[in-house]
Amino acid sequence: MSLPTRHFDALIIGAGGAGLNAALQLASAELRVAVVSKVFPTRSHTVAAQGGVNAALANMMPDSWHWHMFDTVKGSDYLGDQDAIEFMCREAIPTVYELEHAGVPFSRLDNGKIYQRPFGGQSQNFGGDQAARTCAAADRTGHAILHTLYQQNIRARTHFFDEFFAIDLVRDAEGVICGALVLEIETGEPLLIESKATLLATGGCGQVFRTTSNAHINTGDGTAMALRAGIPLMDMEFFQFHPTGIAGKGMLITEGTRGEGGYLINKDGERFMERYAPRAKDLASRDVVSRAIVTEVKEGRGCGEHGDYVMLKLDHLGEAVISKRLPGIRESSKIFAGCDPVIEPIPVFPTAHYAMGGIPTDRFGRVAMPAGHGSEEVVAGLYAAGECACASVHGANRLGGNSLLDILVFGRLAGKDIIDFVRENPYQRTADSASLDWAMARLSRWDQKGQGIPVQELRAEFRKCMEDHAGVFRTEAIMSEGVEKLREIRARLPEARLTDHSKVFNTARIEALELENMVDVGFSIAVSALHRQESRGAHSRPDHPERDDQSWLKHSLYYQDGDRMDYKPVRTKPLTVESFPPKERVY
Amino acid sequence: MDPLVADDEQEIRRLRWQCRRGMLELDHLLDRFLDLGYADLTTAERIGFVALLGEQDQRLSDWFMARAEPPDPGMRALVARILEVVRERPRGA
Ligand SMILES: Cc1cc2nc3c(=O)[nH]c(=O)nc-3n(C[C@H](O)[C@H](O)[C@H](O)COP(=O)(O)OP(=O)(O)OC[C@H]3O[C@@H](n4cnc5c(N)ncnc54)[C@H](O)[C@@H]3O)c2cc1C
Repeated sequence: MSLPTRHFDALIIGAGGAGLNAALQLASAELRVAVVSKVFPTRSHTVAAQGGVNAALANMMPDSWHWHMFDTVKGSDYLGDQDAIEFMCREAIPTVYELEHAGVPFSRLDNGKIYQRPFGGQSQNFGGDQAARTCAAADRTGHAILHTLYQQNIRARTHFFDEFFAIDLVRDAEGVICGALVLEIETGEPLLIESKATLLATGGCGQVFRTTSNAHINTGDGTAMALRAGIPLMDMEFFQFHPTGIAGKGMLITEGTRGEGGYLINKDGERFMERYAPRAKDLASRDVVSRAIVTEVKEGRGCGEHGDYVMLKLDHLGEAVISKRLPGIRESSKIFAGCDPVIEPIPVFPTAHYAMGGIPTDRFGRVAMPAGHGSEEVVAGLYAAGECACASVHGANRLGGNSLLDILVFGRLAGKDIIDFVRENPYQRTADSASLDWAMARLSRWDQKGQGIPVQELRAEFRKCMEDHAGVFRTEAIMSEGVEKLREIRARLPEARLTDHSKVFNTARIEALELENMVDVGFSIAVSALHRQESRGAHSRPDHPERDDQSWLKHSLYYQDGDRMDYKPVRTKPLTVESFPPKERVY
Repeated sequence: MDPLVADDEQEIRRLRWQCRRGMLELDHLLDRFLDLGYADLTTAERIGFVALLGEQDQRLSDWFMARAEPPDPGMRALVARILEVVRERPRGA
């Protein structure tokens, strides 16, 4: 098949913080680098990160990367790889300074140093007093980072393919990955990009759940591409839910509302958190509050016509407090929930926020998978970084401010490693026609005409199924039923049809391709969750309420082929310091 | 007849993709407005809408969440209109 083809040293799929930081290393080293993004780069989801990025700069009080490391290991519920975590926490410091030099306008102290704010899970002295480790550019850190990196890339002459949708990875005749088939959204025409190395940096997959804080673009495309290329996904059962998203919509209502004295009520007006967490009440940890909300709904005490949410009450705080301390919340509630929290409570439900799992990589961003006999092998020329990857620094739960850090550190490292890889492997490989046909078939399949299941209908059914069966409430019975339902949805997917077969800006076709990706990724979450018979971090099972280090201190690996599970050990040995042995996690 | 049918469907599809943003709040506001309010815009207002879509996400978020006002009166009116069209109605109203 003859397709328009372009050649680059490196292909980067995704233009969020991870992809752009990798691209910048490459372009600065004079490599020819292509960045493909389905939306204009500065519309990547990184722009939504307002909180900030962690680094033990010790500008406010004593701090050290070692304490940061302890907090991250503990936060991960001991499932994070301690070598990668040590590496990330050490690298955090130069990374933030590098950003500062690149022009990110961090908020500052009077003495000119970068201001740092305290965030949950940060401690001094290995679990002692609260630390202040998060660097922010006002409340627009993600925006500032993304724009700075984008400008720097333009200067370094990175080649951008804006509004191109990556469909699948392609291989040469020897089976080595050598680029990707992409689709120009504007024209609907396919393009083959051949490259010596390929980096997946496609971000998160929150859209697999009905209620999510993630933008519509977060459909796990790169994650699904890796799966289809035979690569397993790691620790996919660990998904962070934020307890208070606007019901039915997903936008975040910050924890600050409860910090200021807001509380949750059910349809009887009962302050139900008193039953679940008599001491901490509404300030209990995210997973406890999320599960309590879902339990209220399941047991018939939910609010509204369908009884499918609870209420967050703030009106007793008074207009002055709400307007002054929680201004964005008032606007957001008015716009998206149709209520003014000064007068009435806000309908809320847990919202899917962050994927801890993803494409397994080593700490150089190289995709690595088991090669039998307990050893691991890197997949030549394939890299992953950012939320789609799992270098395993978040383990079973991510700390606030550690995700921007992850994308920057491992994005940069992947970029650096690709430079070496391309030097050692300077020859361009050519995509094999069978591999190309296979990728093209994914596209042409949507040209089929006739009666069929509408994509939107299947999509809604799928996302509801994920929320009900692989969300915050995970028992054997609920999850087994979910996997069966997902099997049925997957079986019906080939019968889905588009009504619009036009080429130019056919967004319906993109949404169909995204649905296929979401179903693939959704499976990995549901199957991994069903198999893990313990509660750890964000994965909590009422039928296995304890963490079980004896049997489960190990990473899950889900393979698409046969929906098979495998496991691999957690790397508990750091690079230079002593291990932190698993302890009970109390805050 | 669906008011959108009379319009240039290709243009609407193009705009639909421009409504895909980095923040869920913006996705929701812009995409819904395209369905519910775009058809009623005059030609001049449509040009304004295209200009609005060219703005940065953070800026749009500031405008919609009332943290800042668009400097241009036409843009101010458009932001207000989008909010009016898309805003959830109070329950019971
Ligand atoms: C509301 C919100 C607030 C957050 N706040 C914080 C915070 O304060 N601190 C923190 O550390 N973390 C925060 N996070 C998490 C953090 O923002 C994300 O994990 C991080 O930005 C992900 O970056 P990324 O580079 O991996 O991907 P993204 O920024 O999501 O970029 C993905 C890129 O991939 C492209 N892409 C995807 N699929 C395709 C395809 N098929 N073809 C072509 N291109 C494709 C997209 O166009 C995009 O350019 C927050 C998350 C949310 C939802």
